[in-house]
Amino acid sequence: MAETRDGIRTDREGPESDLRLRMRGVSKRFGATVALDRVDLDVAAGEVHALVGENGAGKSTLMKVLSGAIAPDAGTMALDGQTYRPRGPLVARREGVAMIYQELSLAPHLSVMENVLLGMESTRRGWLGTLGVLNRKQMRSRAVAALAELGHPEIRPDVPVCQLSIAAAQLVEIARAVAVGCRVLVLDEPTSSLGQSDIEKLFELIGRLKQQGHAIVYISHFLEEVRRISDRFTVLRDGRTVGSGTTDEVDNDRLIRMMVGREVENLYPHSARVTGETLLEIENLAGVTLPESASLALRRGEVVGIAGLVGAGRSELLRAIFGLEPIRSGEVRLGVYSGAASPETRWRQGMGLLSENRKEEGLALGLPIDENLTLSKLDSLGPGPLVLPGRRRRAAADWIDRLGIKCHDPRQAVSSLSGGNQQKVAFARLLYHDVDCLLLDEPTRGIDVGSKALLYEQIDRLAVGDPQTGREPKAILLVSSYLPELLGVCDRVAVMHRGRLGPLHAVDEVNEHQLMCEATGIKESV
Amino acid sequence: MNESNLSETTLKRSQSGFFARWGNRLGPFIGLLLVVGIFAALVPVGVMPESFLTARNFETILRQSTIVGIASLGMTAIIVTAGIDLSVGSIIALSTVVIAILLNLGASPIWAALGGVVAGALCGAITGGLITRLKVVPFIVTLGMLLIVRGVAKGLAHEQRIEAPMSWLNELLATLPADRKWMLLPPGVWVFLVLALVVAGCLRYTRWGRHVFAVGSNESAARLCGVAVERVKLTVYLLAGLMAGLSGVMQFSRLTVGDPSVATGLELDVIAAVVIGGGSLSGGEGSITGTVVGALIMSVIRAGCSQMGLPNWIQEILTGSIIVAAVALDRWRHKTAS
Repeated sequence: MAETRDGIRTDREGPESDLRLRMRGVSKRFGATVALDRVDLDVAAGEVHALVGENGAGKSTLMKVLSGAIAPDAGTMALDGQTYRPRGPLVARREGVAMIYQELSLAPHLSVMENVLLGMESTRRGWLGTLGVLNRKQMRSRAVAALAELGHPEIRPDVPVCQLSIAAAQLVEIARAVAVGCRVLVLDEPTSSLGQSDIEKLFELIGRLKQQGHAIVYISHFLEEVRRISDRFTVLRDGRTVGSGTTDEVDNDRLIRMMVGREVENLYPHSARVTGETLLEIENLAGVTLPESASLALRRGEVVGIAGLVGAGRSELLRAIFGLEPIRSGEVRLGVYSGAASPETRWRQGMGLLSENRKEEGLALGLPIDENLTLSKLDSLGPGPLVLPGRRRRAAADWIDRLGIKCHDPRQAVSSLSGGNQQKVAFARLLYHDVDCLLLDEPTRGIDVGSKALLYEQIDRLAVGDPQTGREPKAILLVSSYLPELLGVCDRVAVMHRGRLGPLHAVDEVNEHQLMCEATGIKESV
Repeated sequence: MNESNLSETTLKRSQSGFFARWGNRLGPFIGLLLVVGIFAALVPVGVMPESFLTARNFETILRQSTIVGIASLGMTAIIVTAGIDLSVGSIIALSTVVIAILLNLGASPIWAALGGVVAGALCGAITGGLITRLKVVPFIVTLGMLLIVRGVAKGLAHEQRIEAPMSWLNELLATLPADRKWMLLPPGVWVFLVLALVVAGCLRYTRWGRHVFAVGSNESAARLCGVAVERVKLTVYLLAGLMAGLSGVMQFSRLTVGDPSVATGLELDVIAAVVIGGGSLSGGEGSITGTVVGALIMSVIRAGCSQMGLPNWIQEILTGSIIVAAVALDRWRHKTAS
């Protein structure tokens, strides 16, 4: 087992029998692309093992192999020392490998209890049981027990899942995995849609599951999370294992270097910016429920950040400005225009929005790249009402090159791209439209480090403008839950707390701690 | 480095993409050839004096496709937006009634026909208005419209057929007389083919057409990109109503009377044509070429079965199987493509 290839440390101590899951030399090709190249992964019982890597590094393919969704071309897997070769997801589940995906897979209309026990419902004894008549009393107690074991007895078993928060729904899904008796639990970006307090609760739960002897594979882009929650880690890059070891013995720089394969000297470029006239001004803006009150002035040549917790009303603020949600009261002025406007008008006035929800709102996944990229501005693609496919293709190819979107054809469906590249397409739409005022809602959520770096670079370039080509600097409003990003990219930052937007701070006058205090509503003890 | 300059690779059409694209385009055509081939092989064995593969036979098939075909042009646009229209058959009946009434009032045939088309467009506008204003799903709204429009047609006609004076309208779909053989096909068929070209072009090469696809693929994304989603939907239902009205003109031409109970259930044939042609009921997919071929496939089956002397029920079973097979094949192709 001590095979050493460049960059790999195989320093697991102790006998192999300790290992709950052992993957050796797993390879998988799709046509000409090598998705996995002799990947190794070891996870012990009672261990949280972080699997990190950029999007497209092969994490999801590896997990699909583990969950039986795809068969590997080569390599072996073993669960508790016994050969494990699942022929399908159902077999994998029965063997005790459970996956919790970013998009939860629950039946929203069924109750918590029915979801927890889906596919293994208790039936009555005797002939009623053979007919499939349910023993709801027993089901109830089993579901309650499963939820109590997770330390969340407050979730009532009779509530339909669609009435639960995302955090609670996630717990139901974990309860389902535990109730089946899972041995390996895979959590894929479990915190990406959770607020801070829910993340804390999830981490507590993961700690408890760990103590109960579950082996947990934790996939995340957030290195801070990986550092906090995991015991050991494995880094994948371009389908290979490039490193693994104990989390405590590695620093973030080294992890990022392993993930990216190059030095990231400055993740947040911040050139000298010259601010111009005020482009966007909002005064006491209030939506139907959120935001309650927001005032802000955004000038050309600056990036203004909005921090805050999930649910504070930051997205709603952007959507109200952009006309996607109604405005109850307050003023919006964009350049010479004032008042509310539809998205259609906003685009024409030179404003664009990048949605936080890439899959459901940001992109039409079934349509090709070029159509998604040019959708907001089709009138420059031909005379009159015409859209000439040749021009559309060239326009898209231009941005594909400039942003390095990895694809083989502009007519390729967006759904076939990786998350980071999808986000680049959504962002490229704003650049292609050449809007003056960009509203960016969580632009880097769930995308790989390389794509993030590119987006930061583009944002900086937009804010600076280009005097040589006569391109004026743009105005950018950036919503993010990631404080280092806000402090690195923005010029000024405001915090939104319970629907109210606080005062703007220059970024060199605040730190993460202050922003976090404002976001959570804690008065700072100075 | 795998981050090489992408300009050559992105502009070059990849091999697999090429085949996938043509597989999608050609799928319905292959189906059509297959059906024609089967009947061509089978029919001479029967008692028919002439072969299946004659020009006259193809003209018959085209004539029989026209009514469903014209209506299915509008239905394609609706289905691409992830909608559905169940009121097509009723609109056709209303259109024939309106034409007959207008002719009896002494209107010239052209005005009478226009009246039928306008009646259809009006129904489409009402449907579209209800869908966009009330935010009720198209299935329910058009299910209601199916009954309402049929009721209006019956009311206007006092629940009976309306005889109408003879006019050139009745010759739109008739076999061409000897002195007009130079037209090759009856005028109604030409109307259908030209409209198919126009609608196909609009869907593929205009802003409106691309907006139709965007709305069907992801309504929220379309709204985010500044597409006036409600207006697009309204125009789509308006277009479909207009096309159904025109189908009514063709139906009137065949019947020579206004009949409020004609074309009952025809909407299902229209939807079937779109679906056989690759339209997806979940939206974002569909093409006019596919739809036209879909309509032709159904006519070929009808013509073939009747020439072989097969009873009506066999024809229905065959058409049903083809619908299911076409969609199953489509699913399979999508799966292998991804």
